Amino acid sequence: MAAPTVQRSAANPIRKKRKELPFPLNLYQTAVGKKWVMAVTGLIILGFVLFHMLGNLKLYLGAVEHNGEAVWDIDLYGEFLRELLVPLFPRTYLLWLLRFGLIGAFGLHIHSAYTLTRMNQASGSRYQSKQDWLAANFASRTMRVTGIIVALYLVFHLADLTWGWSFISPEWERGEVYNNLGHSLSRWWVGLIYIVANIALSVHIFHGAWSMFQSLGLNNPRWNSARRLVAGGLAGAILIGNLSFPIAILSGMIEPGDPEVSISEG
Amino acid sequence: MSANTLNLTLQIWRQEGPNAAGRFETHEARNIPDDASFLEMLDVVNEGLIQEGKVPIEFPHDCREGICGTCGVMINGRAHGQERGTATCQLHMRKFSDGDTIAIEPWRAAAFPVVKDLVVDRSPLDAVIEAGGFITAPTGTAADANETPIPKEAADSAMDAAACIGCGACVAACPNSAGQLFTSAKLWHLNSLPQGQPERFKRTEAMVETMEQFFGSCTNHGECSEACPKEISLDFIAYMNRDYIKSKRVNRKLAGQR
Repeated sequence: MAAPTVQRSAANPIRKKRKELPFPLNLYQTAVGKKWVMAVTGLIILGFVLFHMLGNLKLYLGAVEHNGEAVWDIDLYGEFLRELLVPLFPRTYLLWLLRFGLIGAFGLHIHSAYTLTRMNQASGSRYQSKQDWLAANFASRTMRVTGIIVALYLVFHLADLTWGWSFISPEWERGEVYNNLGHSLSRWWVGLIYIVANIALSVHIFHGAWSMFQSLGLNNPRWNSARRLVAGGLAGAILIGNLSFPIAILSGMIEPGDPEVSISEG
Repeated sequence: MSANTLNLTLQIWRQEGPNAAGRFETHEARNIPDDASFLEMLDVVNEGLIQEGKVPIEFPHDCREGICGTCGVMINGRAHGQERGTATCQLHMRKFSDGDTIAIEPWRAAAFPVVKDLVVDRSPLDAVIEAGGFITAPTGTAADANETPIPKEAADSAMDAAACIGCGACVAACPNSAGQLFTSAKLWHLNSLPQGQPERFKRTEAMVETMEQFFGSCTNHGECSEACPKEISLDFIAYMNRDYIKSKRVNRKLAGQR
């Protein structure tokens, strides 16, 4: 650009521009870049959440025959995930690779949210009279609250069903997905935590999935109305799927126990 | 024609100077004709204050026809008042009812310090423009019309962006005090036209990074577009986001050339 014009404005920046880091890192130094990172990591997490919900639907397939034994179908699915690409990778290696990717995405998503929140608080718009919101909806205004609820729930969920901490889920046993789920969620207070957290998750997705399109710059006025539909559809599908599990178990439709299936004699 | 008059109670923010503590003051606005504009109503109130020997209310105004972007206050918690697509000067008193109480507050953002009463310093918006809101072109005699062919759609889109009058309502309405709608409108105004292409990515990088020294970040609420007297679309924010990410790559490549 041409030589800079003489600085006429007396505008005082409220924050200084920091020294620029080398290429991909400098994106994360600015708010627009951080929002891009938040959108990409959000998309990764959204993909995980969607497939996690779809995988859990195997709960409803109940018991199946496997190598002449009756097993819960979802337990087989759990083992399948641990054995992804097994001859190529040793057992659980690919699963851990995916997990590290997710942990990184969660870390960046939370860190960018935290730093952007701090930036926005410092930019300040403290009105003394009551502000009238026109476009901001419940979901967009509660992103920080729903995000924190989901993060806390994530820790509880891992302790409950992945790590099997004995003071949360005393009957937990490794690999027994169906029964662990059944034992844990048949307690009303655990069911309540899952229901509240999954409502928060879907509210978060309702704004987040739409916001993602804007942050990534995916915008064409011809298709823009579809972005709301995609966000609403994803949030709705994930809400219905995820709420069905605690409800099915609390209502006694799914009960922990030994799998039974009529085994056809060979 | 209309002879209807209104009696209103105004809760107006009064502040002697940038460092003084502000407060709401209650003023009665009596016998306001309903065909007066909001600014004319404030003129009537000030007339009364001057006659009483009091200090009149300082409020920003200039062209009073919705094109200069000088006026702008929060009226009952909405930037430029409750009407869609109008500046404060285009808001008429017939939109209010007799006996209403109206809260009037200046724009608020850390980058917009109050100068006096309802007037704020919006020079950060100028700083964003100075960072790249222009094209570097040889001046001289005006170019012939249609010398540079421009697709109709691009011209229309650029015109929609260029409608921005720089009033700062987007920043004022934003819960994060973000300047995204202003900056993206100024960017798309030039970035969508052939004349803007040579400096497109340098402009985007410079204006976004200057903006971020003053304002918050976008959380995609959409309040800015609702408050905008020119109804600038959120679409431009998406275009800016895309161009900014691209600019880091393109500018790095340019910087590496010999």
